[in-house]
Amino acid sequence: MTKTPTSSTFAMSRRALLLASGAGLAASVLPFGPLKAQQSGTLAMCVTPEPNAMCAAFNTASPVTVVSGKMLEGLLSYDFDVSPTPALATAWEVAEDGLSITFTLREGVMWHDGQPFTSADVQYSIMEILKQHHPRGRSTLASVTAVETPDAHTAILRLSQPAPALMYALSGWESPMLPKHVYEGTDVLQNPANNAPVGTGPFVFQTWERGSHIILTANPNYWGEGEPKLERLVIRIITDPSARAAALDAGELHLAGDGPIPVNQVQRFMDSPDFQVDTRGTEMNNSLDMIHTNLRNEHLAKLEVRQALMHAMNREAMLSVVYYGLAELLTGPIPETLPNFYTADVPSYDYNPDRANELLDAAGYARGADGMRFSLRLIAPTVGDTYDRMGQFLKQNFRDVGVDLELISADIPTFIRSVFGEYDYDLTLYPGSVTADPTIGLQRFWWSKAASQGTPFVNSTGYESAEMDQILEEASVEPDPEARRDLFVRFQQLAMTDLPILPVARPIYVTIAAANVENFVPGPDGIRAPYGSLAFTG
Amino acid sequence: MKPIRRRFPWAFLAKRVAYGALAMLVIAIINFFLLKLAPGDAAEALAGQAGTADPVYIAQLRAQFGLDQPLLSQLWAFVVRLATLDLGYSYVFNERVSVLIFSRMPATLMLMGAAIVIAVIGGIVFGVTAARYANRWPDRVISFVALLLYGTPPYWIGLMMILIFAVTLGWTPTSGMENVLAFNTGWDRVVDIAHHLILPALAQSIFYLAIYIRLVRAGMLEVLSLDFIRVARAKGISERRLSYRHALRNAVLPLVTVVGTNVGNFLGGAVLTETVFSWPGVGRLMFDAMFQRDLNLLLSILVLSSFFVIVANLVVDLLYAIINPTVELK
Repeated sequence: MTKTPTSSTFAMSRRALLLASGAGLAASVLPFGPLKAQQSGTLAMCVTPEPNAMCAAFNTASPVTVVSGKMLEGLLSYDFDVSPTPALATAWEVAEDGLSITFTLREGVMWHDGQPFTSADVQYSIMEILKQHHPRGRSTLASVTAVETPDAHTAILRLSQPAPALMYALSGWESPMLPKHVYEGTDVLQNPANNAPVGTGPFVFQTWERGSHIILTANPNYWGEGEPKLERLVIRIITDPSARAAALDAGELHLAGDGPIPVNQVQRFMDSPDFQVDTRGTEMNNSLDMIHTNLRNEHLAKLEVRQALMHAMNREAMLSVVYYGLAELLTGPIPETLPNFYTADVPSYDYNPDRANELLDAAGYARGADGMRFSLRLIAPTVGDTYDRMGQFLKQNFRDVGVDLELISADIPTFIRSVFGEYDYDLTLYPGSVTADPTIGLQRFWWSKAASQGTPFVNSTGYESAEMDQILEEASVEPDPEARRDLFVRFQQLAMTDLPILPVARPIYVTIAAANVENFVPGPDGIRAPYGSLAFTG
Repeated sequence: MKPIRRRFPWAFLAKRVAYGALAMLVIAIINFFLLKLAPGDAAEALAGQAGTADPVYIAQLRAQFGLDQPLLSQLWAFVVRLATLDLGYSYVFNERVSVLIFSRMPATLMLMGAAIVIAVIGGIVFGVTAARYANRWPDRVISFVALLLYGTPPYWIGLMMILIFAVTLGWTPTSGMENVLAFNTGWDRVVDIAHHLILPALAQSIFYLAIYIRLVRAGMLEVLSLDFIRVARAKGISERRLSYRHALRNAVLPLVTVVGTNVGNFLGGAVLTETVFSWPGVGRLMFDAMFQRDLNLLLSILVLSSFFVIVANLVVDLLYAIINPTVELK
């Protein structure tokens, strides 16, 4: 339980006190706002856009994982340096040959409907749900051939080959465990539990008013000691970024994550004593902004042109103009947030328009009468306004070296059809997640065998390198961490030599909370965390 | 003058209902092909949201959605579903289409109704006032403000109203339809919803308010110059009664026509208002359905919207006969 900020030692009325605190500014007029909320331990957070379902086993869209992660849990959880910590599994052991992983399951865990959680649920979830219906389960769990259940609290994953990346994909929002007794023998895709999950997590599904809000209540039988600390979690759907900022200002919202407000307002929240802004919580996701070239384009097929484009980008200026400082520049395809794999020892390309001009001259592109050498199209999906600003910024940078950039902004289905369905683009810019392991998140962009026309977010560049393929394939099954790191160092060097993809930056998506909220970024998954420890202070 | 008594216009109604049904069918078919022109499909949209997807997953989705069927059989399946009033299941939203739409419909109707009432009443009051004080200062102020409102994007007005009335002054909530943290019931809930309704209804009505003011003012000026008004004035009837009772009744017909045709626009405008104010209505559902290429859901909403527009226009035609008994319904 949490207490209201009112203390009996003050001779101040509650209303006056609230009025004095910024969070209560708007709420003080009428009995609306956070006053009642804190008394009953109800916290309002928001999620954007509205999720299409409540269960992340069938739909891994970002808002679905946020909501699902409160009710459904995975075998593992992760700490900030992205090493596994216990969740539904209390212990685990990878066999020396890397061909099996033994999980010891937590005892005394109950599903929200009162049934016990056992190894049979793990077996069913992995083999029948995640491997069959999860959007990326078929690839992440590809090497899992069977799950053995010698007893109710032991599950052994049998692997056809070592899968070092697998251990990074077992969080509750990525690979949730589902109750076998609810799903078995039903049409799993239309099972009512997909919209009203039965899980083991700290919060239990209560209602979902579409277009408005989702209400989750505390799970009284949760295994976590003293958790959850809140009585209720209300997840509001507020579609407009400026409206979200206003709702935070007015105290109608206590918590919002995944970069919820326009980036040009973030500084104001950072400076305000009424709010806390946390830049952590994306270490599990590591969404990267990278420019994917189309090597089928005759100009882009030339390495000098791609090098010239790298030299033409003034990325230092981009950091402040495009990102308002909320990003880290990339030196290569792996961000510094993954220290186990990152290396700075790669070919680098400083901002140097002269060098870019030399490279383009050398490649045989003379400037025309209008000062332009050739033109390229840049297509980006309409997700936030960052990519619009980025497009305009790049257009100026590229014009300086005689490359005319035509900007195309498309909604997501149009973007996917153009880039991945028809390869009808020259340059494209979109967020791609590394996740916590490059084999899961990055291999797909550089591996020639990942290319598959019509499949979104895989190698669309047409890049084919036998050496690259070999490095990535070896890394995906290398059980020794040191040897695996060496392979990824070679990957980063080769990626920055061949440049099929021009890495730009890792945007930082902030989480904003009212001053009296604690544990809102408890781990590397940010607002995807189960939030058992989320609470009001005081 | 005694009202002219006449029989209920059954033949007129039957004809209009038949035309309406045909119009809806044509609208459905045209929309089907229009929406099919949008690049990408629901499977790609879902895969796009998921961040990754393998070819098998996409093929599974297409089969679920019926997107692997030939275009004409998709159209036929849709028309059959419409005819049998079974709108089907949305695999994108994981819910029956009828449940999705009808659970969101009351919010939109409430917003639309409130906005129309504000626009019509405001339009009449300010329009009549402007006409009574034609070319004097009240008219100048009203006409200037109306022009300003007419030229300002409703989206921007909405955001400014949130900043001023909700954030700075704290008079109203910023967004949403009710205070979801208060768990109000009964009368408290009604008051709470009304409180939340103020800003979005105002924001949505403002553009139309501007039009209606100008429309009523122009109509009133025309009627006020007619002979029967001079006669009435000579009889000593008060100016207020003259304006509202004698002139307005004649000047209001164009307004009724325009309101009738605007019902569709109000539904369209709901998309923006509902987005700015996070109002859980059909407008946003329509927007989401478009961006996720859930064509069956989107088409169902469009057909229902066309139904509303057709009904609204029918009601307007019937209203004509009541307001002005000399109008004949054919």
